[in-house]
Amino acid sequence: MTLADLPALNVGELRKLLQAREVSPREVLEALQARIAEVDPKIGAYLSLNFDAALALAEHADLNLPLGGVPIALKDIISVEGQPCTCASKILPNHRATYDATVVRKLKAAGAIPFGKTNMDEFAMGSSTENSSAKLTRNPWDLSRVPGGSSGGSAAAVAADAAFAALGTDTGGSVRQPAALSGVVGLKPSYGRVSRFGLVAFASSLDQAGPLTKTVRDAALLLNAIAGADPQDSTSLPEAVPDYTAKLDGELRGRRLGLAKEYMIDGIDAQVRTAIEEAVAHFQSLGAEIVEVSLPHTEYAVATYYMIASAEASANLARFDGVRYGRRAESPKDILDLYGRTREEGFGPEVKRRIILGTYVLSAGYYDAYYQRAQKVRELIRRDFVQAFAKVDALISPTSPEVAFPLGERQADPLRMYLADVFTIAANLAGICGISLPCGFAQTDGGTELPIGLQLLGKPLDEARILQIAHAYEQSSDWHKRRPPLAANVQRPTSNIQRSTQKE
Amino acid sequence: MPESGEIDVAHVARLARLNLTAEETTLFQEQLRRVLEYAEKLREPDTSEVETAAHAAPLFDVLREDEPRPWFTAEDALSNAPRQANGLFVVPKVVE
Repeated sequence: MTLADLPALNVGELRKLLQAREVSPREVLEALQARIAEVDPKIGAYLSLNFDAALALAEHADLNLPLGGVPIALKDIISVEGQPCTCASKILPNHRATYDATVVRKLKAAGAIPFGKTNMDEFAMGSSTENSSAKLTRNPWDLSRVPGGSSGGSAAAVAADAAFAALGTDTGGSVRQPAALSGVVGLKPSYGRVSRFGLVAFASSLDQAGPLTKTVRDAALLLNAIAGADPQDSTSLPEAVPDYTAKLDGELRGRRLGLAKEYMIDGIDAQVRTAIEEAVAHFQSLGAEIVEVSLPHTEYAVATYYMIASAEASANLARFDGVRYGRRAESPKDILDLYGRTREEGFGPEVKRRIILGTYVLSAGYYDAYYQRAQKVRELIRRDFVQAFAKVDALISPTSPEVAFPLGERQADPLRMYLADVFTIAANLAGICGISLPCGFAQTDGGTELPIGLQLLGKPLDEARILQIAHAYEQSSDWHKRRPPLAANVQRPTSNIQRSTQKE
Repeated sequence: MPESGEIDVAHVARLARLNLTAEETTLFQEQLRRVLEYAEKLREPDTSEVETAAHAAPLFDVLREDEPRPWFTAEDALSNAPRQANGLFVVPKVVE
């Protein structure tokens, strides 16, 4: 392999070369920059890049740190001091963060280098990244299709070898679903495992930041860096952070994996269903026991989620009023005119729809019927998982009932888009952890192949266990080694770095 | 109690300090009517024994010492302001 092939490496592979001093952080960044210049015009994963700032950090990178010298892409909802943070919204057009999010501070402390911000659905509201006000992001496996969302830029960048790894945020599946649709690994930590300080808030009782990576081990490496209690986030949990890479031993014998009968719904794509059935059989062949469990309140999860998430969003997004930051409407005649027109001009349709829905369900006369009711059903959903996890180590399901859909196909029908979140949103409502990893491919009529994601859900703070199970599956399959057609011109690592003799 | 599902989008938009065009109002009226119709299913499960859960985290009343510490400056706080003067945010006059 040559320096130009470096972007095809995963974080673990890159760290070996960096630790052996076979490549420098500067060479890594330059190779990544060239790769992004080549592929990003096709996929549109990035909203902003700052390689000057990254190279300055690279000069002082401590290669002995766990992520020393590793560039990490960040969803544009995560604050990096001095860098743009737009949430893909026209209401924050030139916004620059004035401080580092805790996850960014921790990544930097672990030696990682931020260099770019990735596209997303505006304020993380969506499942396709089409709600970005900035641009479309395309799926590296099929450029006519969505990458998933809302962390679609992060997923597409990792899938196309335009990032070694990335962070996204997951409020109802926004890390796991784009990971599934783009063929990478995506981890949503348990609520409170990772600090939310410095993430622009969407739904505060549901939001969590999590890694999107090429392998399960890389997800564990990133979680090691970002997890833990934070005095700046009173909902972060005080429990000690284990070494999530320590137990990745490939052992599945004796593991009990649950299949929820309520997840066997009609709406699952036939190729997705087959891939999941084959994955289940594969787990059994590796010694895991499959147990049928029941999550009886599953059918209420989507409605519960959209009541609660919209309510919290309507409150959180009240801060975008044109006074302290972001866009302000021209020549307001009074303060109400300033608020009303600033928000009209700044927010896109999906954000407006959810602000209206959230304001409605919190308003006098409807609060009990919708919001309060949803909070109670949320507790029933949480109890379903407590009962299931008394019987099993993890639950298996598809991450999404379908593979990546064509750009533009779902824009007109919000309810249909919401219903596709059925397998991911309950994890946020219940505060549990979940991971998506590749488990097969579907063939399209157009002759392309599209990744299928397998989801494993674990009880609160049981990330080590779902990572262990996911890693065992991954290492006994080849799905994670397949690259999208876009990435085919980059050589997979085979030997040491070949340098041309002319290189300075 | 008002009939659920009968959302008055124009009224709610005023509560949310969010101007909408007539076209958006009509579109959201129809789309949100369908979403709220779907949400009717939340009436089905028996929740009589359930305490309301505001969040799923087992943490309550997290307190810390009230001590001064370094934080960003007024200049930082104003650095993204659409209009500012004399170290303050400038807004339209709100009192007569």
